[in-house]
Amino acid sequence: MSIGIKIKKGLDLHLAGAVSDIMNITPCPTPTVAVIPDDFEGFIPKMEVKEGDKVLAGQAVMRHKLQEAIKLVSPAAGTVKAIVRGERRKILRVVIEVENGGSVSHDVKSALASPTETRMLLMQSGLWAMMRQRPYDIVPDANADIRDVFVCGFDSAPLAYTPAETSNDTRKTLEAGVRLLSSLTRGKVYVSRRQGQKLPDLAGAEMVDITGPHPAGNAGTMIAAISPVNKGETVLCLDITTLARIGALALTGEVPMETIVAITGSEVSSPHLVRTTIGAEMGALLKGEIKADGWNHRIISGNVLTGYKDSIDGYLRYPYRQISVIPEGDDVAEFMGWASLSPKKMSTSPSFPGYFSGKKLFRPDARLLGGRRAMIMSGEYDKVMPMDILPEYLIKAILGRDIDRMEQLGIYEVAPEDFALAEYADTSKLELQKIVREGLDYLRKELE
Amino acid sequence: MKALKKLLDKARPSFEPGGKLHAFHSVFDGFDTFLFTPSETSRSGAHIHDSMDSKRTMIIVIAALLPSLLFGMYNTGYQNWLACGETDFPFWSLMLYGFLAVLPRIVVAYVVGLGIEFIVAQWRREEIQEGFLVTGILIPMICPIETPLWMIAVATAISVIFVKEVFGGTGYNIFNVALVTRAVLFFGYPAKMSGDSVFVSLNSIFGLGGNAPDGFTGATPLGQIATSGATSQAELANSLTSIASEPLSSWDMFLGLIPGSFGETSTLCILIGAALLLATGIASWRIIFSAFAGGAIMALVANTFATPTYPASYLSVADQLCLGGFAFAAVFMATDPVTSCRTNTGKYIYGFLVGAVAIIIRTYNNGYPEGAMLAVLLMNAMAPLIDYCVVEANVRRRMKRMPRTSTHEK
Repeated sequence: MSIGIKIKKGLDLHLAGAVSDIMNITPCPTPTVAVIPDDFEGFIPKMEVKEGDKVLAGQAVMRHKLQEAIKLVSPAAGTVKAIVRGERRKILRVVIEVENGGSVSHDVKSALASPTETRMLLMQSGLWAMMRQRPYDIVPDANADIRDVFVCGFDSAPLAYTPAETSNDTRKTLEAGVRLLSSLTRGKVYVSRRQGQKLPDLAGAEMVDITGPHPAGNAGTMIAAISPVNKGETVLCLDITTLARIGALALTGEVPMETIVAITGSEVSSPHLVRTTIGAEMGALLKGEIKADGWNHRIISGNVLTGYKDSIDGYLRYPYRQISVIPEGDDVAEFMGWASLSPKKMSTSPSFPGYFSGKKLFRPDARLLGGRRAMIMSGEYDKVMPMDILPEYLIKAILGRDIDRMEQLGIYEVAPEDFALAEYADTSKLELQKIVREGLDYLRKELE
Repeated sequence: MKALKKLLDKARPSFEPGGKLHAFHSVFDGFDTFLFTPSETSRSGAHIHDSMDSKRTMIIVIAALLPSLLFGMYNTGYQNWLACGETDFPFWSLMLYGFLAVLPRIVVAYVVGLGIEFIVAQWRREEIQEGFLVTGILIPMICPIETPLWMIAVATAISVIFVKEVFGGTGYNIFNVALVTRAVLFFGYPAKMSGDSVFVSLNSIFGLGGNAPDGFTGATPLGQIATSGATSQAELANSLTSIASEPLSSWDMFLGLIPGSFGETSTLCILIGAALLLATGIASWRIIFSAFAGGAIMALVANTFATPTYPASYLSVADQLCLGGFAFAAVFMATDPVTSCRTNTGKYIYGFLVGAVAIIIRTYNNGYPEGAMLAVLLMNAMAPLIDYCVVEANVRRRMKRMPRTSTHEK
């Protein structure tokens, strides 16, 4: 049985630089990998290894200060090369030099016997930290009473890559993952998919067929349509790659740490897919890939809406399986851009000729394209948010740090990524995702 | 363009903190961002942004106002020619006359309003915002052409300071700034702002046009109705005349060749502007359509129960919507996104009430020949209340959901 959801609000951005050949995946080894605790929202790191230590793939390198069973693990076997700290000795990243070596094998049979043991297995294997909970959009609480589990089966973000086929082996792995997750919740395991994806029905899961524009693939969209999160409830969100890793752990006792990354964006000479390791070096992934045209570029770990602004010396950030390279735009002088009728300008407004150009691909840069203003236009956010949320009012409640109002307006249902399209479309150029993230952190701090 | 950019880049250091001209940095920023798209790139969240910004939004509104503005110039000349008893109407002379009549008013509104904006932006160390670009052109358009310049200056200053800046500037005002300017004029200088002689420009300008005969009166159609004492529809129709004492048809009222506030007379030109605003999605179609619906329904009700006590109740629905400032208010005033309702449901209610209240005030209060301004201001005050109810409905839905899912079954 499956649930059908049709989404009308939203926006598909037509960007240049999509991967055209999704069957051709180039292997791309990386000399070092990094574990970056900031990628795991809500995780407060404590080191478990020292510089110079040898680690196995899947071995814990950090633990959560508040819930010590939750670990971050090394994506590769090798030697801990550096523990980079920032201000007030904050751990910025742990860099591991990749060497040949084995990986940690977990005793699965005994662990799967009880739900408590299963949770422990996920935490020890690093997979728990790879999931998110709502409310707060953070690494799930170790003791959370999980109402439902939501698995995003596809990525609808601009230029994102979703496999077109699911092999029989993959299906079995995914089903093993679903079985394991079912034991954690008193509710259901929902898995979303879209047309053309050829993701078969997975035994034990409730399949959710979603049609419509981005954010169709976001967890928030699926949750809003099926059963929004109420105060006091907790749901678990993960993507299908993490589900496959959980399945592989249940079947083999080991967590596969390789990942397929889409190298996309208008400034990439030939967008393609690579097979690499979680936390790989940007330099290795992008070697010779960026157009050498003399203009400034922006390298993004992830997609253009929610990704992290990275640099060529950085590392692929978790959970992204995509790199986008776009023009930075700070070196262009555009005369009276607000009056422009250029068809190259991307917009949701019919006052730009580009609006009528159908499927034409755009090459936007990272400029704000306007000054930051108070919220002037109304209804702009509603058009791209397929949730029963009044985004303007929620944002105002967050800015006012009004906890009661935030709760009433549904702060528990949202994550920053749900506001990404609104942030794109906003003519007042407000930093909505940052506002929401700060609001969620504030709420958590006040209520804990 | 490169030379201009270089010039700006060269001048920039003297406007930065410590520079000689730092006191004018917000003016410099204003011009800089006007001439060149700011090269500021996103620091958090979404890496790309829509090309639409508030500058373009405001400019599109101004473009939508242009047909009414140009028609206003023509009509000002036309009414002067009529008042002088001319029978020949040379197009370009009429336009030039109207242009010369309105130009000082536009200049005064902009100089006073933008001057205050610049000073406040400088004081708050903010970038100059573009909100007044629209307000500045609206003010002369909603005032009678004979409004003295000093009154426009005083009213604009009061309105910009006490309605906008004290609340925080563009985006924070609770009332429409242009309409408050009009209200200040209306209630502050009632003798000068209503009656028979302010809606028609009566004197020649630089030798253009002519001086109307002494004691000339040029009442607007709504002014005539309020004093007509008509007791039937036919009588009312007969009592409506142009300032040359010829009968007025509904078509004249739609085209706008009637005395009235400068930019408000031509429903046709207003509808052209409305088409642009709706096509670009800048004005809310919900508000515009529900305002016309509200006005039409109320006019129909008034007309059905027409009474000699209120002569305006004899007006047909079409005439009610074409006369006075109704269409202008529905298209350009009620749709101000800052002071109207912000929720979609709220917009229907808000628009409907703007339309209905405008007709109620106009029809059932002989003291106020026109009610559109008061209706929009009243609804500006009510908009947060309407939104509050809509938001509470959303909150209630969320609260109701709680018990059902907390007994979630496996």
